[in-house]
This record gives sequence, structure tokens and C-alpha cells, in this order.
Amino acid sequence: MLSPLVKTTRRAVLGLASAVALGALSSVAFAADPVKVGFVYVGPISDHGWTYRHDVGRLAIEEAFGDAVETTYVESVPEGADAERVIRNLASSGHDLIFTTSFGYMNPTIKVARDFPDVKFEHATGYQRADNVSTYSARFYEGRAVLGTMAGMMTESNVIGYIASFPIPEVVRGINAFTIAMRKVNPDAEVKVVWVNTWYDPGKEADAAKTLIDQGADIITQHTDSPAPLQVAQERGVLGFGQASDMQSFAPEAQLTSIIDDWNPYYVARVQAVMDGSWESQDTWTGIDDGMVGFPGYGPAVSEDVQAAAETVKESIVAGTLHPFAGPIVNQAGEVVVEEGETLDDKALLGMNYYVEGVQGSLPK
Amino acid sequence: MSDALILSILTIVTASTPLVFAGIGELVVERSGVLNLGVEGMILVGAVSGFALANLSGSATIGVVGACVAGAVLASLFAFLTLNLKSSQVATGLALTIFGAGVSALMGQSYVGIAVGGLPKMNMPGLTDLPVIGPLLFGHDALVYLSFALVASVTWFLRRSRAGLVLRAVGDSHDSAHALGYRVIRVRWGAILFGGACSGLAGAYLSLAYTPMWAENMSAGRGWIALALVVFAVWQPGRLLLGAYIFGGISILQLHIQALGLSVPSQLMSMLPYVVTIIVLVVISRDSARIRRNAPASIGKPFHPTA
Repeated sequence: MLSPLVKTTRRAVLGLASAVALGALSSVAFAADPVKVGFVYVGPISDHGWTYRHDVGRLAIEEAFGDAVETTYVESVPEGADAERVIRNLASSGHDLIFTTSFGYMNPTIKVARDFPDVKFEHATGYQRADNVSTYSARFYEGRAVLGTMAGMMTESNVIGYIASFPIPEVVRGINAFTIAMRKVNPDAEVKVVWVNTWYDPGKEADAAKTLIDQGADIITQHTDSPAPLQVAQERGVLGFGQASDMQSFAPEAQLTSIIDDWNPYYVARVQAVMDGSWESQDTWTGIDDGMVGFPGYGPAVSEDVQAAAETVKESIVAGTLHPFAGPIVNQAGEVVVEEGETLDDKALLGMNYYVEGVQGSLPK
Repeated sequence: MSDALILSILTIVTASTPLVFAGIGELVVERSGVLNLGVEGMILVGAVSGFALANLSGSATIGVVGACVAGAVLASLFAFLTLNLKSSQVATGLALTIFGAGVSALMGQSYVGIAVGGLPKMNMPGLTDLPVIGPLLFGHDALVYLSFALVASVTWFLRRSRAGLVLRAVGDSHDSAHALGYRVIRVRWGAILFGGACSGLAGAYLSLAYTPMWAENMSAGRGWIALALVVFAVWQPGRLLLGAYIFGGISILQLHIQALGLSVPSQLMSMLPYVVTIIVLVVISRDSARIRRNAPASIGKPFHPTA
């Protein structure tokens, strides 16, 4: 009873999947000459967050080059054996450039790249490179510094609620950048952090937002993927920031601004490089200056003073006169971890594992 | 009582209500001797249908009713496969969860990134404005009251009504019930449809009240928690309600402890609701006589009518 059903179902699903993949591939198979660009996504393109923004980047490539490119994407590819199969498929079907957009695609990307030396690969957020594999990521902490500045100026209760996903350096770096910038404009303000131990659970994220508001937070920010916390902020009449994309539609009054993952300029530049024959393996980690970290307009609650201050922070970061992790930086215990005049280097940023002064609670290890 | 405490209790109610809906539906299904592991899938289909209909019609009520129907439609697929075609309940239920996740994502494609107004909260002049008990007793949305009414009705149905007795008989020994002339398949069809409608309601609560939006996989495992709660409750509706609120309460409590800045590892806090559930389960399970009294004896077994 058990096995026939499971088999049929799985075969049907696989059949459907390969039909979709074939359909997508065959549309590019007969075109002459255009540069073929493939994308591998970890989530669905409708996730309104991470994968959605990568797909916006793919569309930007089509927009920029028109008939000179053909793009293909495969969505919801689990990190693991399936990923290698999908990447290999793309590589063997004549793609010139392949973007693999999740950390867990690192090993499969490197493995397939070894077998296809003429195909160029771009792996997001990883650290392993090869002659035909580049890596790229964004300095989202620069955007957090802008949000922290705004929050510090606008909070009345001096309590900011921060909904965090997992205690990894990427997230801790965001919390610290936010807090440092906030304390510069408002030394009395504090950040309360709640760890939800998930990237995505709208209900749990909403519960965390409610909890933080109940404990006095009048501004909410998040490092999780759903718009639920912002929606709670709107309902409860407090303020908040969007994440990964513009979430204005969920919180017309409450959203102050948002950090937008903007891969468009990078993707267009890399396709251009392939066309010019100038593509080289490199490691890219850029932020506001290259536009990889972007912002939508300001919400109605943001006064002109605050807008001006936020713009100044952005401009100073772009100009290089302000580094979000410039000393003096004091940790929770009151010890100076970065002296005045010094700045944390990338290695220290990538391994950050402590809270700065102004964050409440202790960092889970 | 401070405002913050009242607000926290309201948050607990919101967190627990979808578990009550999904759990009470599955409880009735299991009492009839069927194990439907497709709760998660039915919740998702209910959530997307409810959201889409509320969005198209502008009426949250139509959304809720539509979610019920959608949950029952998906459940009817399960009923047809397991009862009429005698497929394995476990495999079919798992397939239903996977199918529900996929089909809800497909249906919801054009609804990502849209917000709806959500269910209105009850507002009874005079009563809702009362201090403390006003917001606690008279300030919820209609579905919260419905969840309590549903638990009370199911309790009465199983304990006091003749139909409930037949349902339990079918769940305990389908062969004996069949020999006595009861329509085993028909009773189970009814229970499965009811379970589907309840899961649909849980979904509607997620997409229209809890977080009024649609996002893929937004139930995030609540269907599985509901399944565990049924066992936790030893198949008794009152205990199920209690279990759902303990689970919801501890989930919110751990967030509060974190926000207070107490130095307890957050991973440990996230585990807490599950750990407490397991501990209570172990304590309850020590009384094996009670389990035997309440557990439906024919659960998960396919029914092949003899004559």
C-alpha cells in the first residue's frame, strides 16, 4: 500500500520538475550567440525577501542587455546533492555565467566549476574561490548604521526592539552596527534583542515584536525575513524598519525605511565583464557606495532632521569618512575593544562574537 | 494588573488559537480511528484560500468560510484515498502535507506582498471598556470565541451524544462497529471532513488574524505541534485546550525572558515549549491504564469490511 503511492507521487513531482527545467532550458537552447546566464535560488522567487531580490537582479540583467542575454533560473533548490545536479545541468547546457545564491551552494559550485573551466561561476556569501569562481556579498551592516542613527533620534522610550534570527557573526555585526550608530546620537537608548532561532516564521516573529513592544520598545527592527514584525508595529502604532525589500505595503505608516538587498548593479557589471572578456575571479564585499545596500524612500513619520542625519551617514560611509566600526568601541563589560583612531578590519568583522555597550542581555553562544 | 501583562495574555491567546483549531479537528479524526498526518498541508491550503477570498471579496467572514471549505476539500482527497481506496494513512497523510505546501504556494503566488485588514476585534460597548476583564474577555476576534465553543461542543459530542458514542465505537473497534451495523466508512468520512474544516480554520486564523498576510509555508510547523498536542491531551478535548495554552504561554514567556535581558541561552528558551510538552507527556504516560482507556484502539488501521 505504502510504496506505490509514494513512488507515483515522487515520480510525478520529478517529472513535473524536469519538464519545467527542460522548458526553461529549451527556450534558450536554440538562440544564437547571446550570453547565457543561469541562476540557482534557495527559496521561491515569491518569498518577498532574499530570493525575490536575487530574481529582481536577474530581471535587471535582461533589462540592461535585452536580446544580448538569455537568463534561466531554477528556484527552491535545496542545499545539498540536488544543488550539484542543478548547477551541473546549467553548466552543461551552454551557460556562460552561473550565479549560485546561497551559502550552502559553496561546495557544489566549486566541484562543478572544476569540471567546467570555461564556465564562470559567482557564489553569494561564500569564501571559497577558484580561477572561474568569484564570491560576492553585501556589507549590510552599513545599512544598519543608517537605521540605528534614525532609531536613536526618533525613539521616545529609549528602548529599541531587535528581532534576531541566529547568533552568527553576520547577525551580531548588524546588531552592533545598529547600536553603535544609535548611541552616537542618543547615549541613553538601549537595544533589547530577542532571538527567535529561525529565519522565517511569521507567527513567531510577530510574537517577538509584540513582546518587545509590551516591554517598552517604540521602534522595532529585525534580522528575520517576513514582514510580520512590521505589520505588528503598524497595528500597535509604533515604528519599524523593513528587511531585504521595501515592506511599505504592510506598514504604510510604521515603516521608517528599509534595507534593500540590491544585486542589480553587481549582476549587470559581471555580465558586462563576461561580454567584454574581462571577467576575473574576485571577492566582492561592498555596501552603500556600490549600491549593493540600498534604501527605499522614507516613511511619513520621518522628519526632515532625521532624513538629513540619515543621508549624512550614508554620504559619510560612501565618502569613507565614517566607518560603522571605527573606535572607540566599548563592549558590554565596559572594556574598550577598539581604540580611538582604529577601525575593525574585515577579518574581525567576519568573526564578530560579542555585543557592544548598549545592547541588553547576553549573547547566546 | 498592568497593561503589559494584559497585552502579553492577549499575545498568548493569539499564539494558542491556531493550535486549538487544528488540534481539536485532528482529535475527532483520531477518535474515529484515523490518523491524518496532513494537518500542516490543510492549514496551508486553508490559510491561502482564506486570504485570497477575503482579499477578493473584501469580507473576512467569506475568507473564513472559504478556508473551512478548502480544508475540507483537501481532507476529502485524504478520505477518498484512505477509506475508499484503502491506501496507507501514514503515507497518504505525509503526501497530503507535501501536496498542501506545494499547492498553497502555487495558489498564493499573486498574493505575496499584499496586506488585508484582518479580522476585526470584538467591541461590545460597556463590556470591552471594563478594566482588566474587558480586554481579556470581550476584546478578541470572533474566531477565538469560536475555538472555545468548538472545544465545548466536541466535549459534549464525544461524551454525551449518541453520534459521539458511535464515532468512538468506530475508532475503538471498526470490526465490532461494522458488525453492529454502523457505517464505519461514512462515520470516518464525516470525521475527516470535520478535521479538514478545523485545519482550514487554523489556517484562516494565521492568514487573517495572527499575521494578516500570505507567505509560503507560513504555518511553519504548527500542524505538527497540533498532532503532538492530541497525544499530549490523551485524546480529550479539555486537555487539548490546556495543552495548546501551555504551549502558547511558554512560547511567549520565553520571548519575555529574553527581552528582559536575563542571561539564559536563547536556544534553550526556544526549546522550552517542546521540553515542557515532553515532560508532561512522560508524566501522563506513566498511567498506562488511562492511555488505554482513551487511545482509539483502531487508530491507523485500514478497515476492510468483512461482509
